[in-house]
Order: sequence, then structure tokens, then C-alpha cells
Amino acid sequence: MASDGGVSCLRRSEMMSVGIGGIDSPPLDVDEVHVLAVDDSLVDRIVIERLLRITSCKVTAVDSGWRALEFLGIDNEKASAELDRLKVDLIITDYCMPGMTGYELLKKIKESSSFRQVPVVIMSSENVITRIDRCLEEGAEDFLLKPVKLADVKRLRNYLARDVKHSNGNKRKLPKDSPPLTLSPDSSDSSPPRSTLSPDSSDSSPPPSTLSPDSSDSSSPPLSPVEIFSSPLLSPLDDEVDDVLTSSPESTPSLVRRQKMRSPGLD
Amino acid sequence: MDAHVAQLQMQYRNYILSLYQQGFLDDQFTELKSLQDDGTPDFVAEVLSLFFDDCVKLVGNMARALDQTGTVDFSQVGANVHQLKGSSSSVGAKRVKGLCINFKELCEAKNYEGCVRCLQQVDIEYKTLKAKLQDMFNLEKQIVQAGGIVPQVDIN
Repeated sequence: MASDGGVSCLRRSEMMSVGIGGIDSPPLDVDEVHVLAVDDSLVDRIVIERLLRITSCKVTAVDSGWRALEFLGIDNEKASAELDRLKVDLIITDYCMPGMTGYELLKKIKESSSFRQVPVVIMSSENVITRIDRCLEEGAEDFLLKPVKLADVKRLRNYLARDVKHSNGNKRKLPKDSPPLTLSPDSSDSSPPRSTLSPDSSDSSPPPSTLSPDSSDSSSPPLSPVEIFSSPLLSPLDDEVDDVLTSSPESTPSLVRRQKMRSPGLD
Repeated sequence: MDAHVAQLQMQYRNYILSLYQQGFLDDQFTELKSLQDDGTPDFVAEVLSLFFDDCVKLVGNMARALDQTGTVDFSQVGANVHQLKGSSSSVGAKRVKGLCINFKELCEAKNYEGCVRCLQQVDIEYKTLKAKLQDMFNLEKQIVQAGGIVPQVDIN
């Protein structure tokens, strides 16, 4: 049934799943959000890839936890020079996979110094509370029930955009020697910032602005660090995707993300 | 508007509605359709094609697992059922998914005859769906060839 138009999509994703060993992809455009999708089902990989592409993400889809680790370079001691090219902003993985489950993959990612700050989202066809809790406790950012819909992915996308957006705005606008957002008094592990990371968050407050007064997504005054962390999700119409990915080695983006992961909203 | 095109479009609409009403498709199929656009006009066809390939493979696996002289590995059958349940759910193949739910229980109960019967039903069901969707795609092609646009069918 598939005509040529569809096959290229398939081939691309198949290439991604197969040719992991010596990944020759060009350095990522720093403006793009890059998502690593892990699912042993080809049908699901194609669907999630489409969902992510519609939300303007660059996608690498692999068929197992092992391939994911291989792609990330976690399973061996690759030089960080190579890792610099490999910017992964989100990892979304199926839970039930042969060999390595999504949960096991999650744990390995959280054990990795290079990638523990990358948000990991688990997908599952089974709505098992203990499973969900276990994943969230292990540091998963979110849990999606399959079949995954565009609304689910859009929600994740907004979350990512807000995350990196703030750090990027911070990086651009604050003087170099001023402390970044993440070192504010209430950013320690003991008192994590409030976040709207509940599965059905539907705040209707106006979208937050970054610290940059001239950010184009909002005309509201700049928010304080506390307000930014308390802010609701960006409006889905916000298309500040240019700011989403920073390639800077500085730790600000990763610290921002780490804090979000410990939000009490998940309890 | 060309009367022929209008007639085809009406036929198409009715056909799609009947597929939903008869339980062949659910809202996940609607979701897939919504992901298709002018830039990816074959997305749904491609995904469904992969799904039916999956069906062939998994049904084959299950048939082999159930064909063992000696002890049947029900967990093996169950693993394949789980996969089929997953992909049928992802494409909106409602009846196939429903059968997989029953099938899973039969595997857990190690009900050999039940599993064999259910597998036969799964086989019939996915082939039926495949034929129905082929008819749907053919109607789409006819509409386009007659110079019309494939209508968006509102299920609700």
C-alpha cells in the first residue's frame, strides 16, 4: 500500500535503527530539539517519529535499549568530543521491550554523567500505577499511556521548550558573572521548584517570559527566578523553537532540567 | 461540483463511518489520519502496511508456538500477543486489539484450545480489516483520479 512518498520516511527511520555503529549524522543544528525514541515495535517507531516531527523535533528512532545506549555512547568510553555532536534533548522509550526494558534503560541513563540530565519519558500500553511510580521515582520525567497521541507529544514539547528556553534566555541576557538561575537559594535539592509536571496539567495562566525583556513570546514583564520555575507550560502556539537547544558546555541547562525532574508535582 | 466526484465522496464518507460503527476502527485511526498531510500523503497507508506485515509475522510466530508437539510455550505465545496488541492499538485496529486482550487471558490460563481458536479469529480479523482498508484506499484513489479531494470524515 505504501507508495514512494512513504517509503523514504521508513527508510530514514530504518537507517537510524540499523546504522548506529558509526553514526555519520552531521552536527545537529543548535536550534533543533533532538529526540531519541526507543521502541521495539516498528509500527510504534514510525508513529512516534511522525508525532515528533510534526512538533518540529529531529528524531532518531532505535529499536532497543542497547542501541539507545550505543547511540548515546554510554556503553563505551567515547571521547566527549564526539558526544558534543550528539545533543539529545529528550529520550522517549517504551517500557516493555525484550532484552532491556525501558525502566532498565532509564536507570542506565540516570547513572550516566553525560546524560543523566536528559529528560526521559516512558511509554507503556499498560496503566499500572506501581510501574508508573517506579519509573518516576527512578527519575523519569513523564509517563505516557499508549497509544500515544499528538496532544501527549505536544505537551512534552512545550515542557522542553520552556526548559531550554529559560536557560537560553538566561545565557543570553544575564551578565557573564551573575549567578545563573539555578544557583538561587531555593534551587537546592531540598526545596525543588514547583513545576507543572503533572500528567494533566492544564494551567491557563499567561505564558512565562524568559529573563530577556525582549523575548518575542510575551509582553509581560520579566519574571523572577522563582516565578519562572513556577510558571505554567508555554502556550502550544509559542514557536520559540529557535531557542530550544544550546550547545554550550556550561552546566546551566542541565541544572535547570535536573531540578525540574525533582519537582514535587510528581508525588 | 462534478456529480461523480460528489457521489464517490459520499460513498467514501459512508464507508468510513461504517468501519467505525462496526467496530473495525477506533479513535486512534482518526488520530493517525490527522497526522497525515499534503507533505506525507501516504503516512496512514504506510503505517497500516507495516501493521499488516506485523500481523503476518506475529500470527506465524504464534501458530508455530502453538503447533509444538509436546509442551506449548504459552509465554512465547503471550509475548507475540502482547506485541500484536500493541501495534493494533497504535493503528486503531479495534477488533484485532479486542481479540488480543482475550487472547492474552487465554495464554495466561494456558488454555490451548482457546488459544488456537482465538488465533484463528485474529487471522480472519486482520485479513478482513486489510481488505476493508484496501477498499477505503481504493475509494480515495478514485476520488483523486476523478479530480476531487478526499473528504475529512467527522466521526462524532
